[in-house]
Amino acid sequence: MPAVRIKDHWREQRLFDQRALICAVLMGLATLGLIGRLYLLQVVRHDYYSDLSQGNRVRTEPIPAARGLILDRGGEIMAGSQPGYQLELVPEEVPDIDDTMKRLVEVGLVRAEDVDELERTIESSRSFDSVPIRLRMSDEDVARFAVRRFEFPGLDIKTRQTRWYPNGNLAVHALGYVGAISETDLKHIDRAAYSGTSLIGKLGVESAYETQLHGTNGFREVLVNASGRSVERQGAFVPELKTKAPAAGEDLILSIDLKIQRVAEAALAGHRGAVVAIDPNNGDVLVLASLPGFDPTLFGRGITGAEYGVLQNDIDRPLFNRALRGTYPPGSTIKPALALAGLTYHVVDPEAHKYCSGSFHLPGSSRIFREYHNEKHGSVDLDDAIARSCDVYFYGLAEVLGVDRIATFLAPFGFGKVTGIDISGEKPGILPSREWKQKAFAKVADQVWFPGETINFGIGQGYLSVTPLQLAHYASILATRGKVWKPRLVAAVRDPLTGRLKPVPPVSEGELTGISDADWARVVHGMIGVTQRGTAAAIGAHAPYVFAGKTGTAQVFTVAQNERYNASKISERLRDHSWFIAFAPADQPRIAVAVLQENGGAGASAAAPIARKVLDAYLLDADGKVKPAS
Amino acid sequence: MIYEELATGSRTRRTLSGAARVLFALKIDGPLVIGLGLIAAYGLVVLYSASGQSSATVLREVGHLALGTAAMLLLAQVNPNFLRRSTPWLYLAGVFLLVLVAVFGHIGLGAQRWLDLKIFRFQPSELMKLAVPMMCAWYLHERALPPSLASLVVVGVIITVPVALVVVQPDLGTAALIAAGGALVVVLAGLHLRIIAALGVLGALGAWFGWSFMHDYQRRRVLTFLDPQTDPLGAGYHIIQSQIAIGSGGVFGKGWMNGSQAQLEFLPERSTDFVFAVIGEEFGLLGLLALLVLYCFVTARAVYLATQTQDTYARLLAGSLALTFFVYVFINAGMVTGLLPVVGVPLPLVSYGGSSVVTLLAGFGILMALYSRRKLIGS
Repeated sequence: MPAVRIKDHWREQRLFDQRALICAVLMGLATLGLIGRLYLLQVVRHDYYSDLSQGNRVRTEPIPAARGLILDRGGEIMAGSQPGYQLELVPEEVPDIDDTMKRLVEVGLVRAEDVDELERTIESSRSFDSVPIRLRMSDEDVARFAVRRFEFPGLDIKTRQTRWYPNGNLAVHALGYVGAISETDLKHIDRAAYSGTSLIGKLGVESAYETQLHGTNGFREVLVNASGRSVERQGAFVPELKTKAPAAGEDLILSIDLKIQRVAEAALAGHRGAVVAIDPNNGDVLVLASLPGFDPTLFGRGITGAEYGVLQNDIDRPLFNRALRGTYPPGSTIKPALALAGLTYHVVDPEAHKYCSGSFHLPGSSRIFREYHNEKHGSVDLDDAIARSCDVYFYGLAEVLGVDRIATFLAPFGFGKVTGIDISGEKPGILPSREWKQKAFAKVADQVWFPGETINFGIGQGYLSVTPLQLAHYASILATRGKVWKPRLVAAVRDPLTGRLKPVPPVSEGELTGISDADWARVVHGMIGVTQRGTAAAIGAHAPYVFAGKTGTAQVFTVAQNERYNASKISERLRDHSWFIAFAPADQPRIAVAVLQENGGAGASAAAPIARKVLDAYLLDADGKVKPAS
Repeated sequence: MIYEELATGSRTRRTLSGAARVLFALKIDGPLVIGLGLIAAYGLVVLYSASGQSSATVLREVGHLALGTAAMLLLAQVNPNFLRRSTPWLYLAGVFLLVLVAVFGHIGLGAQRWLDLKIFRFQPSELMKLAVPMMCAWYLHERALPPSLASLVVVGVIITVPVALVVVQPDLGTAALIAAGGALVVVLAGLHLRIIAALGVLGALGAWFGWSFMHDYQRRRVLTFLDPQTDPLGAGYHIIQSQIAIGSGGVFGKGWMNGSQAQLEFLPERSTDFVFAVIGEEFGLLGLLALLVLYCFVTARAVYLATQTQDTYARLLAGSLALTFFVYVFINAGMVTGLLPVVGVPLPLVSYGGSSVVTLLAGFGILMALYSRRKLIGS
């Protein structure tokens, strides 16, 4: 039992006062602690928190510039812009990107196979930039997202200009396309300048003239509240916010003539091949067709993996730009140049007749070089040899010229190097020579140039390979009797505001020297003979203008490696490629054209009719009369 | 002339002493009322800005203050003996109401705290902020002090029952304040320091035990308190935004109604629990220091009044009420500045809201009643 304690009021009062004092002291210390904390926040870290608060309230919204139009030489729209809905994501406002992506896939707004690529793009974007994650949403997609918007903080539907190609596949390999900005694109563009832009040129003119087409984006600073809504004012205070208007991209006027392009593509439709037509007087590319093509709009709206797979795996390779990147032996189309070489080097008497027995024996060799389809031309002079494409005549000529002189003579015609057209991706092809063979082959035994290879060279077979563009370029050099113009697709740039045209001057690359007018005349005469009495006489019949041409047949040795074996297609694909080059009118050429039809057989049967249609379309009016030169 | 000046001077003196007589007759302490009035006035100015320039909000808060002042004046008139005698009944009524809330309460803001009395909604937990220290003081005042272990156990039960009922509502902030009110009575009664230390150990164990019973959101608050950056858009958002508001205010502040954090609603609960951050943003360090000076003055004055009372019940209760006021300030300022977890304690007399204003002013009314009757209660 504890001792009963008596209440001692005096002692209790003293105890209370003492405790009250202790509490007061503790209170004072707590206050000092608070003040210390305030000092840390408001004095020491003031700048840091000021930045955070500024970042909180002012957001810079980019105003994308309208992308320039692309028009053909007649002013027809080839690429324009159209408003469309797209889903955009601001990385810093999304609490969990992985989870958001997962849920977007569940809702069906993002495809599972695209998630990785999207996340990489998001990662490499600035956290406050809006990243498009789904372009070209359908009305249904928009509605589907709208009802779930609250589940997806940081995501919103934006109205953006999307690219519109009114003619679908037409001229797609010249035009190129635009697509979502990829991780690779981000490496070589100024990100600040592309903030707010969702599409970038990927190929063709769209890519090569990206700078002009893109224009300059503007921006506007907006005051936002905590929920990201832009607000007019903040309390009683209206802050000063900056705005910069965007400058629209420039319009491009192409040298392409869509009327002719349509004729060319229609004529080639159903086949693989390419048509390139050039105005020989300035290098304007009038037609640049590569078939099959594809719809560039697919890429602008966000191509699906399946759609891309179909294009990628198509045995006809629609994504492959045959006009610029397809390299084929030129076949007999090379003969006019060989003839010029023979004349220029005075190794051939144009009047002298040689006998064509259908085959050619290389002296000191057992190898026999045969005429195409074992024809026998009998007695031919140079003019006949060109017109009727006599291989035996040119085997002999090649042998006399020798590989060195042939290679030297052909180089100025643009073989073995890119033409320098103003879009990228062009292949240089191969102009063989002794030096080339030394570099091209690893084994010493293979590096030797064999005489037989010179003979093949004479009819455009063997190592020599060219692109359709190169051959059109060559045809236009023949047409102007030696004047070289760099091919170009963009003829003028138009200011979108004033509408003022700024012509792009054609680029002259000089003139071939050392070839006499008489020699030019002889060879052109031979080429006219092709269309009147030679290999393409059937095609040239009843033409209201005189035109010069040359057929060519390129042998296909093997099925290309990336084409899968397909029994029903194989025999067709082993057929020869069909070439035809032409220019017209022969005396005052206004157009030079090269046509390639893969596996078309002989040049006269497949490619030549297409070339004739292109020439007609360009030169004739509605009544079938030759239009006067403009 | 000299006579006139003397006459004027004496009239001033007469007026002053007249006011003092009125205050004395009303049992009101002048300095304390002036301090409280300044804080309330400051609060109304801040509230106008923090509410987004809502005059209606300010007027409603004026109404709360008027109600609280009426309660203060009324309670100041109550005889402390009556107060003391009715303490157990008030306490039991409070506990009964808390049980009622637990059974029938109105659910507001995710927590069950309110009794809907048709005219106004009443929070019994607010009543307990007064009833618990009163009950503790009542129980201890007749016993020898420092309190014996047996008394401590009883007081422990007196405190724990209502605190537990409030914790389950769940309202951690109010529970902490009720517990503080009771605990301060015990501390002021002269609790041995070694028992305080022992209780500290027990408290740690209790915290561990409590953790296992906590709601998810309460656990998240504790975790976020330890590291707000882990969840900047979720649980840590309040603390991060309030620190940005205070920090960006700097020494002089951004100016009244110019705080971007507050005006653009980045700062959550800007007119209630986080109004301290609005002051920090708009009036800067100086504005906060001024407020802290006022709070310290009021607390110090209240503690002084408590030491002047002459019986144990009055001393313990008055002392507890005075110090609880400061605990309010410290918990609120601590949570808004990131020193303490976010528990939902309003800033006294500044945060918008009726309940806490009425309870606080009622508490000061009781304190004044105890002080003004000091000569009437012989000991």
